[in-house]
Amino acid sequence: MTTDTVHETTTPPEVGGVGHSVRRKEDDRFVQGAGRYVDDIVLPGMLHLALLRSPVPHARIVSIDTTAAAQVPGVVAVLTGRDLEGYNLAWMPTLSGDTQAVLATDKVRFQGQEVAAVIAESPYAAYDALDLIDVEYDALAPVLSPQQALADGAPLIRDDKEGQTDNSCYRWESGDKAATDRAFADADVVVKLDTHYPRSHPSPLETCGCVADVNPATKHVTIYMTSQAPHVHRTLFAMVAGLPEQNIRIVSPDLGGGFGNKVPIYPGYVVATAASLVIGRPVKWVETRTENLISTGFARDFHMHGELALKRDGKILGLRVDMLSDNGAFFSDAQPSKFKAGLFHIVTGSYDYPAAHVVTEGTYTNKAPGGVAYRCSFRVTEASYLIERLVQNAAYELGIDPAEIRMRNFIKPEQFPYESPTGFVYDSGDYPRALQKALDLVGYDELRAEQAAARAEGRLMGIGIASFTEVVGAGHGTEYDIVGLRMFDSAELRVHPTGKAILKLGVKSQGQGHETTFAQIVANELGIPVGDIAVEEGDTDNTPYGLGTYASRSTPVGGAATAVIARKLRAKATKIAAHMLEASEDDMEWEAGRFFVKGTPSQAVTIQDVALAAYSNLPEGMEAGLEGVHYYDPPNMTYPFGSYVVVVDVDADTGQWSVRRMVAVDDCGVRINPMIVDGQIHGGLAEGYAMSSMQFITFDEDGNCIGSNFMDYMIPTAWETPRFELAATVTPSPHHPIGAKGVGESATVGSPAAYVNAVIDAIAHLGVRNIDMPVMPARVWSAMTDARAAQG
Amino acid sequence: MYPAAFDYVAPTDVDETLGILADGGEDVKVLAGGQSLIPLMKLRLASPATLVDINRVPGLDLIDVTDGHLRVGALARHNAIARSDVVATENHTMAAAAPWISDPLVRNLGTIGGSVAHADPQGDWGSVMLACGGEMVARTANGQRTVAANDFFVDLFTSALEPDELLTEIRVPRYAGPAGGTYLKLERKVGDYATVGVAVHLELNPERTRIDRAGIALTAVGPKNIKAIEAEQMLVGEAPGDELFAEAAARAASAAEPRTDVRGSAEYKRAVVATFVRRGLAQAAEQAGRA
Amino acid sequence: MDVTVTINGTERHAEVEPRVLLADFVRTHLGLTGTHIGCDTTSCGVCTVLLDGTPVKSCTVFAVQADGRSITTVEGLRNNGELSAVQRAFKEEHGLQCGFCTPAMMLVATSLLEANPDPSEDEIRWAISGNLCRCTGYVNIVKAVQAAAREAQTVGAEE
Repeated sequence: MTTDTVHETTTPPEVGGVGHSVRRKEDDRFVQGAGRYVDDIVLPGMLHLALLRSPVPHARIVSIDTTAAAQVPGVVAVLTGRDLEGYNLAWMPTLSGDTQAVLATDKVRFQGQEVAAVIAESPYAAYDALDLIDVEYDALAPVLSPQQALADGAPLIRDDKEGQTDNSCYRWESGDKAATDRAFADADVVVKLDTHYPRSHPSPLETCGCVADVNPATKHVTIYMTSQAPHVHRTLFAMVAGLPEQNIRIVSPDLGGGFGNKVPIYPGYVVATAASLVIGRPVKWVETRTENLISTGFARDFHMHGELALKRDGKILGLRVDMLSDNGAFFSDAQPSKFKAGLFHIVTGSYDYPAAHVVTEGTYTNKAPGGVAYRCSFRVTEASYLIERLVQNAAYELGIDPAEIRMRNFIKPEQFPYESPTGFVYDSGDYPRALQKALDLVGYDELRAEQAAARAEGRLMGIGIASFTEVVGAGHGTEYDIVGLRMFDSAELRVHPTGKAILKLGVKSQGQGHETTFAQIVANELGIPVGDIAVEEGDTDNTPYGLGTYASRSTPVGGAATAVIARKLRAKATKIAAHMLEASEDDMEWEAGRFFVKGTPSQAVTIQDVALAAYSNLPEGMEAGLEGVHYYDPPNMTYPFGSYVVVVDVDADTGQWSVRRMVAVDDCGVRINPMIVDGQIHGGLAEGYAMSSMQFITFDEDGNCIGSNFMDYMIPTAWETPRFELAATVTPSPHHPIGAKGVGESATVGSPAAYVNAVIDAIAHLGVRNIDMPVMPARVWSAMTDARAAQG
Repeated sequence: MYPAAFDYVAPTDVDETLGILADGGEDVKVLAGGQSLIPLMKLRLASPATLVDINRVPGLDLIDVTDGHLRVGALARHNAIARSDVVATENHTMAAAAPWISDPLVRNLGTIGGSVAHADPQGDWGSVMLACGGEMVARTANGQRTVAANDFFVDLFTSALEPDELLTEIRVPRYAGPAGGTYLKLERKVGDYATVGVAVHLELNPERTRIDRAGIALTAVGPKNIKAIEAEQMLVGEAPGDELFAEAAARAASAAEPRTDVRGSAEYKRAVVATFVRRGLAQAAEQAGRA
Repeated sequence: MDVTVTINGTERHAEVEPRVLLADFVRTHLGLTGTHIGCDTTSCGVCTVLLDGTPVKSCTVFAVQADGRSITTVEGLRNNGELSAVQRAFKEEHGLQCGFCTPAMMLVATSLLEANPDPSEDEIRWAISGNLCRCTGYVNIVKAVQAAAREAQTVGAEE
């Protein structure tokens, strides 16, 4: 049942359970500059690694001369692909079942690809040496788009792969073609849209890096690493490097943002580890921003063709989607192995119709590898954008108000759990309520009236709507795995004799506040105050196995594991309490940290009393301690949703647009910490604004990457970033132990279409129906100019 | 990320500085604010053998009015200019442009002299100097010369300064009568280079019925900052008015030499030049009307 | 060259090449890692320190330029062992998530409030427009600065 009650709590503020906006425990170290990020780590004898990267997008390597580089004072070693071949490390497996070059051997396949490595006493010396490495390239024609990749006669990029005869990377399909064809045959109107969701990059402010420390005597490997998934990385390192897994420890310390950038394994990590193994000293590799943008996991780059079949009254009958994905030179996405295009098939969106057919094809190109990143929930950003843009255009085509057409088609509250035409089972939702709330907050009817008046004066303003459904919480083991590792997650909880606790998790925060929010889950179940609960993540020696944090899965999966294990401990605590009170277990009641006998509240013990008793006063035959671990296999995904409304004003002469209002109504189920939830939404709305207005990576005709530094890759400042108005509804997830759905990526999923729909709405009366992101002023101007010319 | 090695010297007076430049030749670079030079050095696009840090030379950052000129020392930081009451009164184009340069942190260190000497066509000060009739004062161990802005910006990243010359100050003539000026810039975000920038300078007769002096200069639409001479000349002697300004805007747009790039097509940039010149002239005229 | 600075009130020095960046000097030679590095084009601002009280991007200053001058980093914000008003406000208002831009934001905020004790929202956003944040959307950073300003005003009113 949906409510507007965001702050429902069952514990007092001193305990700080679910629903309290507890101030974050991790902030103490961050506001004192005492965070410990990878580049802050200094080990005795540590060396520095710098990588030489290809200046060209596609070429044979004729020769590499490292003689001069090796002679620079302070240089300890210079490595090429040939050297790594000796250790079988020149290539490594990717998370998508492909292989990726660690240091190029035969060819370079994207501008920025790793070609050689210098290990030196100081980073300055390393960069001096890089300048002196002489590489001779024999240039090949670059392939710079999926269309070029699939054209006849296209150069073969992956000639290293046996049996690869073209540049096709994957083909994947979902839905029912026959049913969809029938639906289209029945349509009054078919609305089509071709749109490119451009390549962008998650670009956290901390770049990727590691300190690899191989103990030469014991061969124990400790890798401090920017990792969102330390356990998976440990297992992969064991498989790739042939090192025994019990001797590998990955420590992911404080991370300066992730957004999916820190999920893949990058060549730098492998080279640093190999170098440390060979040299016997710790090796630090911290990439520059240029390296981060030109070579690490980019995001998006889907060329999408969508067709929506409708009746004249606005009822949607079916959806067809053809999508071409630009995957770069290697298929290295981190996504569930059974879904080659991630969860893109959620593209049916928030609407009730019986038929859809989604065809996806991925291609190799001479660009950096990647695609799944930047808060995309495994490609839900791309999907949500397409459907919300199609629905908006359908509204124009049919002359129906864009809010009204959504209301007519929403999946209704009583239809949940709802099975979509592509097989998702949406757990819960109330879409009309969220949209209505957003419309009321923004004053929709008055704005439409204003728009009509403005148009008469030649003034341009637009209102854009996006009503998105997210799918997160990967996921149930039989459907969701990464390189075969099922996507459960874990929580290990131990209560100490003095009533304090420690929670160890398989997920890994990059700023989402787990040290506070996960403690709140325990506080809620056990009544131990948040401040008394330590939370540990990221050190694979000290935490249970988990699949990590990305795709908004921490709360749905890790949070569930935490609630389950906390409840198991409370069950044991109840037995101990009964023993202490000499009562029967069936007569025990529990309230926020106290166990008491039914009917006699004064006869009570606190959870702290019970904790001590777990080590000192146990029932006969009961094992000591109050601890346990749970690995949670989610029965389904969770489906956060929301409606966003954006109002923009457009300068008719320059094409510049500014956001006048941005109203965001989000429903992520139960909110563990409302303040933190709002913070996640703010961040996502800002990133959505960035993508929609100014941010992309592109390539010139020679294959040079434009967008490989912060002068070209635009990150909005506080000055451009709009103000946001947030509101909420709460529709708990029926299958999640605490009803929470997760929220980290909702705003990046939902907002780009809202911003873009707003700008297009401002000039739709001129006949404009599409402007690809980023909707820069120049593109708005061109759209207007072209539209006016077409009107004659 | 890390520059190549260099020798570093930090003189404490102008003569010492000039002596070093005289001896140094091509491979000596002056370090003023460093906000353009150091980024180039970090990317190893510039690797001077010697850096001469002039930040400890006193007297190069004054802002005052003498000899009928507004004089701004080469080491005056962009933020000092933005905050200066003297500049706010004396030259509206400069006052309007200063806050548009880069971002607030860079403005704390970046200098007008460094910026102008860098001769980046995307640099804002260059257009301001061209529009306002600025002059650059350069000194060597042997003497001093004054170079008009028209002659100072030679080509892409090429100023008229010789290797042994130190730019010491920028001079702009004081307004002779009621005057206005502004700077309009289209940037995608704070810190981005201009997609288009326009500097406007207008001086009217005492009765405010006629334009006596007009300056229009363009940023980021050519290999160097462009003075829209035809547009300026057609304004002189005329009464300010919307139709006149629209015509001047069209002329200024044809003077631009924009290139199509990620920020927009050449056609788009020309259209923005026209819009900004039109708006800038109107703003400047309105200011002059109130002066 | 020997570079001597007064950093957070204490005189420190180290021997460095002229090309050593101030950001690197502070982090590596002085061991103060609260100042961060986030880009290579002077664009992100996470390296901000106060140089003689003025916020500057320490990645675009050579250490040798700072010889004889005073530097304040995030480690110097505490007064007498207590968190400053700005630091407390950032905690209270959830003005940080990953913490990477936070030292820089707090230093700029501190500098702003010294010059302008009651800034408008626009003035705050303008003052921090040289500092990028990826996590917060800037919303709560602005609230934190406003909260710190209010606290100083209240304290001032009480005095």
